Amino acid sequence: MITKMNDPGTVAIEACGLTKRFADVLAVDRVDFDVREGEVFGFLGPNGAGKTTTINMLTGLARPTAGTIRYFGRDVTQNRKKAQHLMGVVPDESNLYPELTGHENLCFCASLYGMRKREREDRARRLLDLFDLADAAGRKFAVYSKGMKRKLVIAAGIIHNPPILFLDEPTTGIDVPSARQIRQMLADLKSQGTTIFLTTHYIEEAERLCERIAFIVDGKLVKLDTLNNLVRDIQNQHVVEFTLSGCDTDLTGPLQNAFSDGTFERISDTVLRMRTDQPVHLAPLVRFLEDRSVDVTEARIIRPSLEDVFVAVTGIELERMRSEKDKGGRGR
Amino acid sequence: MKPWIAYWSILRKDMRTYYLKPPNVSWGIIFPLAWTLMFFIKSDSAVDVRSLLPGVMALSILFGTTSMLAVTVTFEKKGRSFDRLLLAPIPLELLMLAKTSGAVFFGTLNAFVPVVMAAFVVDLGGVIWWQVVVAVVLIAVSSTFLGLFIAVAVSEVFEAQTFSNFFRFPMVFLCGLFFPVEVLPLPLRTLSHAIPLTYGADMLHGGVNHAARMPIVLSVAVLLGFCAALFLVSLRNIRQKWIT
Repeated sequence: MITKMNDPGTVAIEACGLTKRFADVLAVDRVDFDVREGEVFGFLGPNGAGKTTTINMLTGLARPTAGTIRYFGRDVTQNRKKAQHLMGVVPDESNLYPELTGHENLCFCASLYGMRKREREDRARRLLDLFDLADAAGRKFAVYSKGMKRKLVIAAGIIHNPPILFLDEPTTGIDVPSARQIRQMLADLKSQGTTIFLTTHYIEEAERLCERIAFIVDGKLVKLDTLNNLVRDIQNQHVVEFTLSGCDTDLTGPLQNAFSDGTFERISDTVLRMRTDQPVHLAPLVRFLEDRSVDVTEARIIRPSLEDVFVAVTGIELERMRSEKDKGGRGR
Repeated sequence: MKPWIAYWSILRKDMRTYYLKPPNVSWGIIFPLAWTLMFFIKSDSAVDVRSLLPGVMALSILFGTTSMLAVTVTFEKKGRSFDRLLLAPIPLELLMLAKTSGAVFFGTLNAFVPVVMAAFVVDLGGVIWWQVVVAVVLIAVSSTFLGLFIAVAVSEVFEAQTFSNFFRFPMVFLCGLFFPVEVLPLPLRTLSHAIPLTYGADMLHGGVNHAARMPIVLSVAVLLGFCAALFLVSLRNIRQKWIT
């Protein structure tokens, strides 16, 4: 049986050349990464990039076509069952039993990991309290709201205190308070030393929680680094956002002609964004706008974010990715 | 890790959620009544309930187990809750035994509903009960594993039902319960020996009416062989189709 090491330097999960082919579709293409013990590892990519397929291979729901998977140094590629006691899995869709109550669902999941009756009932009660679901503990899962269902699925994933937790889009499609509660819970798990493998399309979520982030596009790992290093790579780009008043027409064309070293984007009727590789000289820009009877009420320097890194690396606008996800598109 | 805790928990949940619901006992009541009524209407003389008993018992088991298992496993797979079981650190063999134990118990229970009903109208003295119990359990296990084989072969609940009939109805007419195997044409006679229910039905005929055609040891051995083959093929199919 594989055991965790309790050493922050230890590699908890290691994937080498991980590949998955479905007939003529190469879903995951020679992916290499490692996740250190106690780390929150972000796995980001657009829909259909191969995030869920990668999780399925790591957890034992899919067989890799090629490559190796190691947990705490032990090769489990041929038998992921050996490592399943170490992991909790929160899939992107609910996989609990609609006909059981919240409490029964948690107790049932605990029993799958060999927990005895008293132990699983205590743990279930504690988690129901933690997620503010105690009042709904006796209600059937089928009648839970979307946010409540999500929280219970996460509670089921951690019912056996796993040292490694896989989370596939944990906050997608739920209300803001529930999402905040889940993020807080993840931060708590992180501080307790749980290794977390997180896929999300909420960049700010990854930015807040993850130490290292990998971007996957079309099954290929295109970038993997710490948050600071990822952002540093695009720090030579300068972004300024102008808030305007009295602007009735789209000035991006004239601005582009006058200031050819930058690119202009109209974010809304009153907000304009400029990107350039050079430091921005504000005075000529402001003068240009004032000459056209447009007041600049605010100019803000936008620091590069993970979102910018994502857009730069994948070429995919986040809004498009989010709307696709909200329409119900599912990752592979 | 104590796998028996998981095994017992899965079995208990399935019994509560699927099998021990009052309407399900209809498999043990409606079938016996319908078949007995059919023979009563067809027959000019009084119906020999005792001679019909092995047939209705076998039908109750066959239809009850295959229907329930094919539906419950397909339903859970479709609803993704089966993935939760596949992610649990228990061997696939034990997991599938836990999933099928409920159906075996349910099938066995169903088989004795017509026996209880028959006890009110005919004398059941002389029945070799141990042989009946062995036959019922072996029919229940083989039918359950047939249900598992069907459940793994399809992806929709309605497909499970229609695909089940592809196996069940030929089995009913070829197993010797209602038409003696000896009167069947040679090709059908050969086919009847390739289905597990023929051996189970023969054991039941032997236990209830002392009219077995084959030695009980042979029937038990063949049924155990069918059970092992269906279970192993189903496991292989699960590994190939569900852990893709």
